[in-house]
Amino acid sequence: MHWVSNIIVLLLILGAIYAGRYAARDRFWRENAIELWRRRPVAIGVIAVYLFIALLDSISWVDPASEANALTSGRARTIIDRIFRPETFKEASYSAPLASVAFYGGQPLLHPGAHALGTDLLGRDVVYRTLKGMRVALLIGGLTSLVVIPIALLFGVTAGYFGRRIDDAVFFAMTVLASVPSLLLLIALIMVLGKGTVQVCVALGVTGWVHFCRIARGETLKLREADFVAAARALGVRDGTIIRRHILPNIAHLVIITFALSFTALVLSETILSYLGIGLDGSWGQMIDQARNELSRTPIIWWNLAGASVALFTLVLSVNVIADAMRDIIDPRTRREGR
Amino acid sequence: MAAYLTRRIGYGLVTVFGVLFLLFVLFFAVTDPDDIARKAVGERARPEVYAQWKKNHGYDKPLFINMQASDAKRYTDTLLFEHYRRMLTFDFGRSDADDSPISSRLREGAGPSLSLTVPLFVFGLALSVAVALFVAFFRETYVDRLMLVVCMLTMSVASLLYIIAGQYLVGQLLKWFPISGFDPDPAVIARFLALPVLVGVVSGFGADTRFYRTIFLEEISRDYVRTARAKGCGDARVMVRHVLRNALIPILTNVVVQIPFLFTGVLLLESFFGIPGLGALTVEAIQGNDFSTLRTMVYLGALLFILGQILTDISYALADPRVRLG
Amino acid sequence: MSSPLLAVEGLSISFPGEGGHMRVVDRVSLSVAAGETLALVGESGCGKSMTALAIMRLIPKPGRIEPGGRIQFEGRDLLSLSVPDMRAIRGARIGMIFQEPMTSLNPVTTVGDQVMEAIELHADIPREEARGRVMELFGLVGIPDPKSRFVAYPHQLSGGLKQRVLIAMAMAMRPRLLIADEPTTALDATIRAQILELLRDLSAKTGTAVLLITHDFGVVNEVADRVAVMYAGQIVEQGTRVELLSRPRHPYTQGLLRSIPKAEARGHRLEEIKGTVPRPGHWPSGCRFHTRCPFAFAPCPIEEPVRTPVSPTHAACCHLVEREVQP
Repeated sequence: MHWVSNIIVLLLILGAIYAGRYAARDRFWRENAIELWRRRPVAIGVIAVYLFIALLDSISWVDPASEANALTSGRARTIIDRIFRPETFKEASYSAPLASVAFYGGQPLLHPGAHALGTDLLGRDVVYRTLKGMRVALLIGGLTSLVVIPIALLFGVTAGYFGRRIDDAVFFAMTVLASVPSLLLLIALIMVLGKGTVQVCVALGVTGWVHFCRIARGETLKLREADFVAAARALGVRDGTIIRRHILPNIAHLVIITFALSFTALVLSETILSYLGIGLDGSWGQMIDQARNELSRTPIIWWNLAGASVALFTLVLSVNVIADAMRDIIDPRTRREGR
Repeated sequence: MAAYLTRRIGYGLVTVFGVLFLLFVLFFAVTDPDDIARKAVGERARPEVYAQWKKNHGYDKPLFINMQASDAKRYTDTLLFEHYRRMLTFDFGRSDADDSPISSRLREGAGPSLSLTVPLFVFGLALSVAVALFVAFFRETYVDRLMLVVCMLTMSVASLLYIIAGQYLVGQLLKWFPISGFDPDPAVIARFLALPVLVGVVSGFGADTRFYRTIFLEEISRDYVRTARAKGCGDARVMVRHVLRNALIPILTNVVVQIPFLFTGVLLLESFFGIPGLGALTVEAIQGNDFSTLRTMVYLGALLFILGQILTDISYALADPRVRLG
Repeated sequence: MSSPLLAVEGLSISFPGEGGHMRVVDRVSLSVAAGETLALVGESGCGKSMTALAIMRLIPKPGRIEPGGRIQFEGRDLLSLSVPDMRAIRGARIGMIFQEPMTSLNPVTTVGDQVMEAIELHADIPREEARGRVMELFGLVGIPDPKSRFVAYPHQLSGGLKQRVLIAMAMAMRPRLLIADEPTTALDATIRAQILELLRDLSAKTGTAVLLITHDFGVVNEVADRVAVMYAGQIVEQGTRVELLSRPRHPYTQGLLRSIPKAEARGHRLEEIKGTVPRPGHWPSGCRFHTRCPFAFAPCPIEEPVRTPVSPTHAACCHLVEREVQP
């Protein structure tokens, strides 16, 4: 399985490079990107760090038999794994941040003072677990959206552009899916499909595409009536070309903003799934869920909860801040009024 | 208006049929009824027990066409037809997990759910709209910016964390309210509901306030507001007489659609705070692989949503003279 | 002209923008005498609407009026009034109507209530009396069947009727000055003439002075007593209607007048002013019109022309006029 992940990472990097080069050529995107960077450097920096860590945790390979030891042989390990060496870098059970003795019993630790955020019930390093969660979080939000957006665009744009039967069909499908409360639909889908990363992402995708589709359809409907599209039609430009040249570039910014907003919603809803026991393995939601009872112990065990929630909060906040700034830049809608 | 109403309700009914089909695909076609049965009676159950369970729970028919039956029965004696018949007549059958009748559990759960969701809804709405109006009044000042930052921070926290933190801070450290539990006795009910309502209001505050603020700001930027100022209206009067009245229309559409969901309760809050409502029932169903209860809850949720949409459109039509008078 | 009703002196309005403040209105001075109609003419983006809004102190945020300017109205400086005092002037002493009758009325309240609000804000009279006043006003501005219109919602009225309602609202307290910001731009040609006639009638009947903002010399010709021409945030020429229309001195005014279609010039190519209006706040140096002026010569790009009187009532800001007048 590890090479699938490697290929996906490679494709994503290539896609990012392509998108970046396209954006750099286009004046609209270049100027908006510069403005965004000027306004929100910290949030962008945070996202970059998260992406980098997730990247480090996505590239993995199996050591050749000669170099492997008994604990690592035959298992693909990511760069993060190789840095932290979780096979040996662990304790028997809880230990407080930077402690030199175990939380219960007081035996000396194997790695005194080395666990910056302590260890959890199973003795795993909390910093390591928190970092591992970044990949899961980006997977939930990012990969789901990346799969969903093209499908939603396809349906939304064709429905909006061609109208009539296609529009009726897409609109009905959207109405039906939107009628089921999204959390319940999500839960039902996961219950039916079973637990697992792919299943959860598919479930999140099915519940999420309606939102994108509705926005794409609505904008396309508006653009279809716009003068420049009418002009292109009058000139006899083919539908496919009009969609590619005139419609898609004009809804791209909305898609990006919606992407950012749905990303945070997805990441946050995963915590609820984790509580219900159908979340993703290794997610922050699971860490928070596991930490539920730790607060009632005396003295309380807070580091597990703190690690996951701070990481989650920072990610969601950064994306929210960026989404907000993007909306302001692209759609300033200057408020005209006096006093 | 009557024609509009008929069309609207007709489309609602068609949507219900669509939802039922979606549920059928999910819960009967994708999920193998045999799996459900095996999970319920156990892997090692004798074949007769297994067959009996399937019969009792209505899983013993073919999906679309019954080859063994004749005439109309060929199409009616199927899972698809039964599914539609039972859901449309609100005959929900028994729980897959413990055989209890689902309808009576729904009736038991609605009360506790409402006692949580109604105050949550009322307080949350009042707080968000009031703060949003206040913030819109002070737009583009530091009050506005500070409030936006607060909203942004609060909406970036997972709701699970609010619950955990609320239980810890208010319930355990301050010991103001019990951490969880429920007692319908009106004398003490508030003690049990205070904490979940508080947590619920806080966790919804950020997003709602921002939403209403946007609505207010959009209204403020309209031409008629300038006209009102030009005739000598003061800021407060402009806000209340003109902006609020116009903003009520989009606010209403956002609010009415939420009302039906007051019945289905809140999954996390109920489950965490031990309130025996429908939200907690759903959580139980998820954790106990109780497909029939879950199916019912999803159906009810969708039904209420569709109802809410129709109510929204009607109230919209009533509130806006442009729609009401055509 | 000893003491005009409204005297604007050195009014500048700026908006924050890239690289500091952009002045969209630059040292504008104009005056309106009691009962007269002054037309403020210019292309869109020249700052004429901002000037009008500044008189009402309704400049949209984050724009602001720069210190140093004065707006004298009935002997008081509007810029130094307190907010409640200013509010008492808006709608009572100065009325204003806007370009977009379609969106300028509150959609969820009846038009009668909206006009009545203008009265109740400024006069403490019983509702019934206010109602009667509204009916009277509706009759005055030529709204047929005032009783049934009183309870109508804006969407039930045509554009022309809506503009009449807005005029009724602005005239509700018999203001001394009516500011009309492109009142006919959004209306059909036939209705345009009716509204202009109404404005002229009202001004004559009630003695209300009118500051009319427009880009249309046709409108100027019909209603104005005096005209001020604005270009790129500044007033470039001012004079009586006859002076300005028959003997325009500024090349910009001349260009504007030439670009009006005339019956006798049928079949000839319509002249236009070359180039485009500069973006607000990004004005050219020297004389701001020099980039489009057919007569531009050496001093134009460098030196700002000063206001040069050519008659007691007529003045222009142009180097050419300066040379001609100076001996």
